[in-house]
Amino acid sequence: MPTLTIDEKTLEVPAGVTVLQACELAGVEIPRFCYHDRLKIAGNCRMCLVDLEKAPKPIASCAMPAAEGMVIHTNNDRVQKARRGAMEFLLINHPLDCPICDQGGECDLQDQAMAYGMDKSRYHEEKRAVSEKDMGPLIQTVMTRCIHCTRCVRFAEDIAGVPALGAVGRGESMEITTLGKPVASELSGNIIDLCPVGALTSKPYAFHARPWELDKTESIDVLDAVGSNIRIDVRGSEVVRILPRLHEDINEEWIGDKARHACDGLKYQRLDRPYIRQQGNLKEASWDQALRATADRFAQPQTVAAVGGPLADLESVFVLKTLLDAAGVTRYDGAGGGVFPRDVRSRYIMNTTIAGLESVDALLLVGTNPRWEAPLINARIRKRYLQNGLPVGVVGDAVDLTYPYHDLGNTPDALRTLAKGSGDFGAILKKAQRPALILGASVLARPDGEALYAYAADLAEQMGMIAPDFNGFNVLHHAVGTVASLDLGFVAQGGQQALFDAVRTGSITTLYLYGADDVPTDVLEKAFVIYQGHHGDKAAHYADIILPGAAYTEKQALYVNTEGRIQEALPAVTPPHLAKEDWKIFRALADHIAGVSLGYRTLDDVRSAMVQVYPFLSLRDQCPAPSWTRFPQSPKTLEKDPLVSPVTNFYQTDPISRASKTMAECTRVFVHGAQNPDDKKAVA
Amino acid sequence: MFLKDKDRIFTNLYGDKDWGLAGARARGIWQDTKTLLEKGHETIIEEVKTSGLRGRGGAGFSTGMKWSFMPKSGDMPSYLVVNADESEPGTCKDRDILRHDPHRLLEGCVIAAFAIRAHTVYIYVRGEFYNEAMRLQAAVDEAYAAGLLGKNACGSDWAMDIHVHRGAGAYICGEETALLESLEGNKGQPRLKPPFPAGVGLFGCPTTINNVETIAVVPEILRRGPAWFSSFGRPNNAGTKIFCISGHVNTPCNVEESMSIPLKDLIERHAGGVRGGWDNLLAIIPGGSSVPLVPADQCDPLLMDYDALREVGSGLGTAGVIVMDKSTDIVAAIANLSYFYKHESCGQCTPCREGTGWLWRMLTRMVSGNAQPEEIDQLWDLTKQIEGHTICALGDAAAWPVQGLIRHFRPELERRMAVARERRVA
Repeated sequence: MPTLTIDEKTLEVPAGVTVLQACELAGVEIPRFCYHDRLKIAGNCRMCLVDLEKAPKPIASCAMPAAEGMVIHTNNDRVQKARRGAMEFLLINHPLDCPICDQGGECDLQDQAMAYGMDKSRYHEEKRAVSEKDMGPLIQTVMTRCIHCTRCVRFAEDIAGVPALGAVGRGESMEITTLGKPVASELSGNIIDLCPVGALTSKPYAFHARPWELDKTESIDVLDAVGSNIRIDVRGSEVVRILPRLHEDINEEWIGDKARHACDGLKYQRLDRPYIRQQGNLKEASWDQALRATADRFAQPQTVAAVGGPLADLESVFVLKTLLDAAGVTRYDGAGGGVFPRDVRSRYIMNTTIAGLESVDALLLVGTNPRWEAPLINARIRKRYLQNGLPVGVVGDAVDLTYPYHDLGNTPDALRTLAKGSGDFGAILKKAQRPALILGASVLARPDGEALYAYAADLAEQMGMIAPDFNGFNVLHHAVGTVASLDLGFVAQGGQQALFDAVRTGSITTLYLYGADDVPTDVLEKAFVIYQGHHGDKAAHYADIILPGAAYTEKQALYVNTEGRIQEALPAVTPPHLAKEDWKIFRALADHIAGVSLGYRTLDDVRSAMVQVYPFLSLRDQCPAPSWTRFPQSPKTLEKDPLVSPVTNFYQTDPISRASKTMAECTRVFVHGAQNPDDKKAVA
Repeated sequence: MFLKDKDRIFTNLYGDKDWGLAGARARGIWQDTKTLLEKGHETIIEEVKTSGLRGRGGAGFSTGMKWSFMPKSGDMPSYLVVNADESEPGTCKDRDILRHDPHRLLEGCVIAAFAIRAHTVYIYVRGEFYNEAMRLQAAVDEAYAAGLLGKNACGSDWAMDIHVHRGAGAYICGEETALLESLEGNKGQPRLKPPFPAGVGLFGCPTTINNVETIAVVPEILRRGPAWFSSFGRPNNAGTKIFCISGHVNTPCNVEESMSIPLKDLIERHAGGVRGGWDNLLAIIPGGSSVPLVPADQCDPLLMDYDALREVGSGLGTAGVIVMDKSTDIVAAIANLSYFYKHESCGQCTPCREGTGWLWRMLTRMVSGNAQPEEIDQLWDLTKQIEGHTICALGDAAAWPVQGLIRHFRPELERRMAVARERRVA
């Protein structure tokens, strides 16, 4: 705990902090461009120079460890001169194009030039111009604005784990480049946030709005089951961009490209009014007509089944389930095709927690590609790998996860072998103090899902993954709706597959789909389909009645992430036209079904009713460790089919991202490998 | 006063004798290396410290002191890296050691590496020195074959491996930490210090980086004793040193001389005098391009050592003496150096990346007088904005020659501006 003096103020700081961090602790602001607390230190912008007594020259505070007895001055003549100098040098080759720069208004260079710069330029030589670099469909470059802080390079290398960016050339000819390749990382959008100037900006957002025109809403991303914290920026009634919000235990300050860039999908393919199919065509209808037609189908509740989709929120699922129970409908499922044991909560959530991954010392991935199913969890695993060289084993697809791993094969048998503790990785797991495994939720959708799950649970118990203070058994979901459905018991015996089979055999004739599109076509064709959702996606095309719902940016709702953490999303805009929040639709439907009364008047009514049944749902933003009970032995027959990840295209996994033009372009470039805008053969 | 032949360390500086192992042995190299090693790690470091040897690469840090920073024990291997990336304009001493006396360097490597408890030596040779690197490699091969290197180097029971690595021709890779980056296979960019290489160096391990000449003189120091070495030169400026005299002299040359030799003696005795006589001297740059120039009126008397040159606002640097007579366009000469630094800046940190180009562009205008007199103050201010604010010393090296010019030739700059202004008016 060194004690040092900063601007006449003496304070004790934690061991290992830098002078810059010590200055912040002392309440002194130090200007900086290249320094970022989550990136490696580069020390190249020279903006953070401070005066250290007895040192011959000013020191870069970002890189200098704070030491006992240092006397630091952050605002004397020497420091001011150094800052002014660095600022002047940064500006001489920076174009004066702030009025047409998208970074304007939220630009570090602009802000710091105001605070530390000079009021006029002494530079009368020619300015540098740098050619643009094509970094793909998400990142717009104006490289003349680059100040060479290398934040983007360091992010790509360390956090994203794709060495896609680098600097070529020397001196003033140095350029940041990708050598003409798009930045193929699902975290690439973060370099837009990191860029302190307007060199890297968002391509889809280009020239859409100025930051001061935006209404900002703090909310939650639901396009995967991570629950990244986001800020939704709205101009008028349109969501124009989504930015990450700090949450140390979930997404730190990053978000994935889908969370960030799929928001244009909220504009297209929207269901904005009710429809009823008449003579084979969908005709506009009033809410009353549509709800009455829906209620008619509930006359024979034993022929009705309901399926929840990937984006379902807690309250809506709760109200739907209450409605169905009251109406006598017994068959419903929202668990995304899987059949999960749900006797205790620890069976189907990520018990280690995302932040907890930073304490594991061996990790096994089974049937999951976290890079595409949950990019921020993958980034955490990589972070841990960089910290301690985390040994990772993979039973599943041998894809590039941005860190090295032991490829244990993709057959179910590999798991059985491992459960015996054999092989190199078996030995690693045995030796580890805090080993963990992550089981992809899609494994539970396999015919042998139960057996695979049992092997995984066995493995967890044998390898010491379950301890009083630690639980290394994790299920990684890729849809928030799945976790909500499991928490609320919105599940069917045999899963959704059983419901679909019932449609095929004719015992069920009406399918109520709440945002569920992953339904086999023959089932959609055979059943009378009521589709409630916000996008005209696959299932809506087969619908006989369409009830327009609200997207996650349009409703106040609770979502559960894969850790079982409950967070609240807030509405940034209203649902389009006649569309309504989903719980209100269920509530209105109840009024049309004879003998059913729900009685909720407000969202608070719903929540208090829900908490009465499920007290653990009253927690917000917490991951209390649920208890673990020994797993009962069950028959274990394994199939031969390889374990594959369900996400074959990171960019299009749900109705919103499938409607997004940006995500379509990303799919074309990153998934199908299109080389240029005219490359038609790569179109899916 | 002048250094006697018997006191010269580099006995084949001019390549008139055999560079190979047989020739080297005939000149006393590799004779008693084992005995020297038997002095032990600490004694060697102590003797080098007492000898007063200071780094010959330009910074002039005490060599023995540098070695003493290396850990005495630990899990990680230690490395010795020899900086043979000699690229300083006006300097060509290491090149002659590499091609004419490679075994002297190799023997020095064995002793220095032993002193700092390293088993592996990397010699980073400037990319353009193709023939020199081949010659050095041939010498290394000879030494391995003769058992002077390898598992039991010189019979000392100390394993010693020497790797010759060729650079790709970037000046900045002569900066010690950029050299390490380059050696590791990265872009040659200086590292932030601290941590210093003695703690975290090559591949993250403790590393000492020394200049070729520094390492090559070590065996003779140990053989003849530190007192012999420190008997040359003034206190704190001990030893003999290779001076490289180039420019407007009658016989440009490399010569090993005693430190603190008067500049005039050095030039007149060894380099055949200034072209057109001593009075025709305009200025010298005493230590390679990176130090400020010294105008003629301060050149006599002027001792060639660290302290005396610092007193006149310059430095010994690499002792590459660039002599300029009165025919020199001094502004163009410094502008040329400015171009060199602009071209060789690595681009990592702001003041050097942006500032070197600015200096060069302003100086280029000043060559023809196309500038305003107040811009001289701005130019001075810019050099001060670069100096001391960069990660490595290249920023200082770019600033100092310009400062030297302004300090001593301001009237010349102003005269050109006045002439140009008159020409424009007319």
